[in-house]
Amino acid sequence: MPEPKSVAVLGAGMHPWGKWGRNFVEYGLAAAVDALHEADLAWTDVQYVAGADTIRNGYPGFIAGATFAQALGWTGARVSSAYAACASGAQAINNARAQILAGLCDVALVVGADTTPKGFFAPVGGDRRDDPDWLRFHLMGATNPTYFALYARRRMELFGATEADFAAVKVKNARHGLENVNARYRKEVTAEEVLASPMVADPLRLLEICATSDGGAALVLTSMEFARRHGGTEGLVTIDAVSTVTPRFPQTIIEMPNFSTDSAATSASIGPTFKQSVALAAYEEAGVGPEDVSVAEVYDLSSALELDWYEDIGLCKEGEAERLLRDGETTLGGRVPVNPSGGLSCFGEAIPAQAIAQVCELVWQLRGRAAGRQVQGARVGVSANQGLFGHGSSIIVTR
Amino acid sequence: MPPVKTRLPAIEGWFTLDEDAPALLGSRCTTCGNFAFPKETFFCRNPECQGKEFAETELSRTGTIWSYTDARYQPPKPYEAADPYVPFAIAAVELRAERMVVMGQVVPGVGVDELTVGSEVELVLDTLYEDDDHEYLVWKWRPRSATTGGRADA
Repeated sequence: MPEPKSVAVLGAGMHPWGKWGRNFVEYGLAAAVDALHEADLAWTDVQYVAGADTIRNGYPGFIAGATFAQALGWTGARVSSAYAACASGAQAINNARAQILAGLCDVALVVGADTTPKGFFAPVGGDRRDDPDWLRFHLMGATNPTYFALYARRRMELFGATEADFAAVKVKNARHGLENVNARYRKEVTAEEVLASPMVADPLRLLEICATSDGGAALVLTSMEFARRHGGTEGLVTIDAVSTVTPRFPQTIIEMPNFSTDSAATSASIGPTFKQSVALAAYEEAGVGPEDVSVAEVYDLSSALELDWYEDIGLCKEGEAERLLRDGETTLGGRVPVNPSGGLSCFGEAIPAQAIAQVCELVWQLRGRAAGRQVQGARVGVSANQGLFGHGSSIIVTR
Repeated sequence: MPPVKTRLPAIEGWFTLDEDAPALLGSRCTTCGNFAFPKETFFCRNPECQGKEFAETELSRTGTIWSYTDARYQPPKPYEAADPYVPFAIAAVELRAERMVVMGQVVPGVGVDELTVGSEVELVLDTLYEDDDHEYLVWKWRPRSATTGGRADA
């Protein structure tokens, strides 16, 4: 196994998630300034800015890297802007990482932020009859929770998951996020409250489906050599893998925003599923395995989806996620806490910031600075996320 | 009697307008035989295949439910919801011959309590929305056990 190709994380920063209704740039800047402060670096030290795009805030959102660079004051830093739905933040991290590993820069700033409308995510405007995302709303009324619910029902049928299990995920994550100053929802909920909340997409209820939020997250990444000179390697946290793999044909699990899966009539579907392959590629790149993981941040777009991720990132075998949950293994204090930040359950989704926020949490966990939600002795953290159109990401952070 | 509205597909070329036995219109790669829905037109999705020619093909009219859910709240535009909004169920249906899963609304009046994974459904045409002069049709899934719902009854 080759040595992992690592970059150092010197700083992480976030603007609290909420429904603030202000310009997304403000959230991104607040996060960037915090990350730079934590890194003990100035904006003028940054040689490369990687922005994660938002598609709901006009042109400044499409070229987010430049928007943040201009707002911080033009310095001539090189720039990129990335969009990959929910995995946008991971793509921005990967852009910065590639520049550093190629020796093209030493210090990079990664920023993502969003301002979101109320309610269900709708496709962007216009009459676009060749866009599957537009068409799935028009022809089927299929929202994002529709797809989450199909997976949830499937778990119930295949593995005997119950509504009580799904509610227990929400109860756990709500408790995890209580002390997290960046979380939007910081209130304990009971299983009874979850199960009494309105059904949105059977079997998923309102309190089990993630909200859409405003928020911002940022990271300062540097070369290992720069990190050694800057502050030494004592307690240094590094990113050892960024997986952004696409599915393999035939992709036989229905995915947003599609009407159908690929056909497996001429080529059998073999090997791992898409979500499994996202994490597998990260483990392989980092030279670690699921047994090494001390903490995970996974994309709980719905409470049930968190259970899928336990299996997809290898914390347990297929069909065993409910047991893992029921045994408390994924609760703070358990064998491998999942979503100690409170997850999307407590944050809601600020799309371009979310994959970056997952890494912020892992970095703070590994540094022992996750006040009120600390996973003791965390050494290896893994994130996992999935977005529309075959996007996903998994990032491995170690200390 | 209200005037008869002209009935049009809500989208051109995605399904036949055969009222009794409608079918989704997919494509089949003439090189490797891969099925696709909606139709493939340019390059085969099978990465091992360089095919660029496709035959239109009617997909199986029946299948089994892979999973299902419903929409208790009104989806946002461009969904054209009736006023007042009427919730509907949605199913993802496995087609055996094509070995693919195709989503669609379930016919009105059939709720999630009447659906189970693995049960058989059949394709029908039904109204998606209407305006003053037109009724726009779309494909929907109807349980084989159901006795009502959808255009095949009309």
